[in-house]
Amino acid sequence: MDILNAAVAILNFVVIPAAAYGAQLALGALGVTLIYGILRFSNFAHGDTMAFGTAVTILATWGLQALGITLGPLPTALLALPVGIAATAAMVLATDRTVYRFYRAQKAKPIILVMASVGVMFLMNGFTRLLIGVDEQRFADGERFIINVRDFREMTGLQEGLALKTTQGLTIVIAVIVVWALFWFLNRTKSGKAMRAYSDNEDLALLSGIDPEKVVRMTWIIAAALATIAGTLYGLDKAFKPFNYFQILLPIFAAAIVGGLGNPVGAIAGGFLVAFSEVAITYPWLKIAGYLFPDWQPGGLLQLLGTEYKFAVSFVILIVVLLFRPTGLFRGKSV
Amino acid sequence: MSTNRQAASASIWRAPVLFAILAALFVLEGTVRNGMFSGSWNTSLAMLNMGLISAITALGVNMQWGYAGLFNVGVVGFLALGGLAPVLISTQPVEGAWQAGGTRVLIALAVAIGTLALAAQARKRLPRWRSLAVTLVLIGGFVLYRWLFDPAVTAIEANNPARHGNIGGLGLPVLLSWAVGGVFAAAAAWAVGKVALGLRSDYLAIATLGIGEIIVAVLKNEDWLARGVKNVTSIPRPVPFEIQLQRNPEFVEFAQSWGFTAAAGSGVWVKLCYMLLFLVVLLSIILLAELALKSPWGRMMRAIRDNETAAEAMGKDVKARHLQVFILGSAVIGIAGAMMITLDGLMAPVGYNPLRYTFLIWVMVIVGGSGNNWGAVLGAVLIWFLWIKAEIWGPQLIGVLTSPMPDGDLKAHLLGSAAHMRFIAMGLVLLAVLRFAPRGLVPEK
Repeated sequence: MDILNAAVAILNFVVIPAAAYGAQLALGALGVTLIYGILRFSNFAHGDTMAFGTAVTILATWGLQALGITLGPLPTALLALPVGIAATAAMVLATDRTVYRFYRAQKAKPIILVMASVGVMFLMNGFTRLLIGVDEQRFADGERFIINVRDFREMTGLQEGLALKTTQGLTIVIAVIVVWALFWFLNRTKSGKAMRAYSDNEDLALLSGIDPEKVVRMTWIIAAALATIAGTLYGLDKAFKPFNYFQILLPIFAAAIVGGLGNPVGAIAGGFLVAFSEVAITYPWLKIAGYLFPDWQPGGLLQLLGTEYKFAVSFVILIVVLLFRPTGLFRGKSV
Repeated sequence: MSTNRQAASASIWRAPVLFAILAALFVLEGTVRNGMFSGSWNTSLAMLNMGLISAITALGVNMQWGYAGLFNVGVVGFLALGGLAPVLISTQPVEGAWQAGGTRVLIALAVAIGTLALAAQARKRLPRWRSLAVTLVLIGGFVLYRWLFDPAVTAIEANNPARHGNIGGLGLPVLLSWAVGGVFAAAAAWAVGKVALGLRSDYLAIATLGIGEIIVAVLKNEDWLARGVKNVTSIPRPVPFEIQLQRNPEFVEFAQSWGFTAAAGSGVWVKLCYMLLFLVVLLSIILLAELALKSPWGRMMRAIRDNETAAEAMGKDVKARHLQVFILGSAVIGIAGAMMITLDGLMAPVGYNPLRYTFLIWVMVIVGGSGNNWGAVLGAVLIWFLWIKAEIWGPQLIGVLTSPMPDGDLKAHLLGSAAHMRFIAMGLVLLAVLRFAPRGLVPEK
């Protein structure tokens, strides 16, 4: 029994990738949940908003690289992020003005807003394709690893290696900073309090003189920033391919619903829950079983589900929550 | 669309005139040869046939949305599931596949379903230790299922993998498989609807989005079922092959009397046969749907859609009715899926793209007029025509618009990305109709 090597293998293949993926999902789910809390509909365009923001960020990155500006060991994309966020914020504010505001004024059923968001999704998808095409883009530069496998082996003398990619470390650090800033904003500033008040009780908020359009604008800007950051981190960590950003919509919705739609803490917990379940269920545990029980010769790879079915994991989590606790683990809204 | 009804002022001539314009477009495509049209009846009829299949899909979506206000975002999944039926029902049996593990796979699937049913019963019946019992049942069932399933799949896939490696069909008539496709889709709809209906309205949308992705993933990866991405070809056809017609001197003479060469004439003839079959299916579904809508059941459905609370207060079981109409609509989508695979003669799961098979269908329904069956048909065929034509017209339009620009990177980029304009155009059409004419081209009566 080789506990040390097993622990390193678990850390390397399960904990680190899942933590980075969880942070990306959590940032995406925060955007979905904020929009749900304030505007009260599930935004199907969120995945494509992420793709759009990332596409702009990539273009800006290429621009910076062409000018010879880089961040040294860190990816240049971080420097380009503000451009992406600004463009995405302008874009979602424009869609709010031209599309959603009309239905809000009409007090249309939520499902009509969902459908309008599908139209916006088409538009965003088209713009992203126009900007950057449908092919895979890799735009990570700078140092690739914080810890690489060989150094780790030499350092510890263990048989099992451990790698921590810069993008993974960065994802977690940035996610912590962004979440801290978001909660500080929601809990400490006047605008943030106005947002929470509006989310809790619209009528009461209106009576206390909160300007609903201002709250809505702020929500969109924050959601755009979260979407762009989440999308860029996801693209840095894996690769940017517009269709993947449509597919990531399902785990993001699952994360937001597990945590309770409209509840920011829930969205973060949901993001990590979905990511860890997905990675743990699709990881072949054979290697780790080999360290722990050297005498055991299992027949298969000890993989509960093939990686190609990772979306099924989000779906099952979603179904279990819908069956047993439709308002989510942290009591979201059920309007 | 219960929230924003316009005054009902549509003229009774509106639908016939629009259908006449649509017919004229297809005739132009068949006869006029210029920059905009191909002048080939083969192209025109191929577009019409695919348009008719889209129309049947749109009818299914219209039942769910137009009659009951249910937002199904997994159309692609139900279509793909329906497409599985021709492969499993009507292709020729694969030698040795059933002996290799067919029965074992069936037992494994039965164990899986039995486990879920047992878990559901345990949750409902047991007075205590409920979660523990459910967990144990699920874990035990999963282990048993994998123990039965995995060796069987390996054995089936090892059976002549270059040509088959799948379970094979039953060799039954392909028209029968259309009905089976509907049954497959209905079964999946029952499972999804049972869980997601009766909750908040967008939960159904999210759950169907998930099931759509999963069904397509299953088709791509389960090689024993339909060879996955290796595709299944040679799906039997309900109509004659072109080559048979070309060898028949009587047919060649007949084609020439209409002014076609044997090659073009046989293509047109085959497509006309398909068109007839599709029209029969389409018209029977419309007939049944119209009869249902005019019956007390149809009035009840509309009452539920327009005011759920009031209908529930009148003693209507809203959740059960929603489940019913969701299953019916999905069955129609499944039939369309089976028809599509029959028309293509090929099962290629990589082709199932949600933008094309879910969201484009939605554009068709909304543009045509949700709640009106003829509207859904009109919208489907029209949008399909435009979608295909945008591939040719889009670059031409961009070419004209950019012609005064100097040659350079920007012009090349714009010309190169003209193909993506379709998505922007469709998004704009959907948003514009939703906002300015929410009742569509042919509004509900």
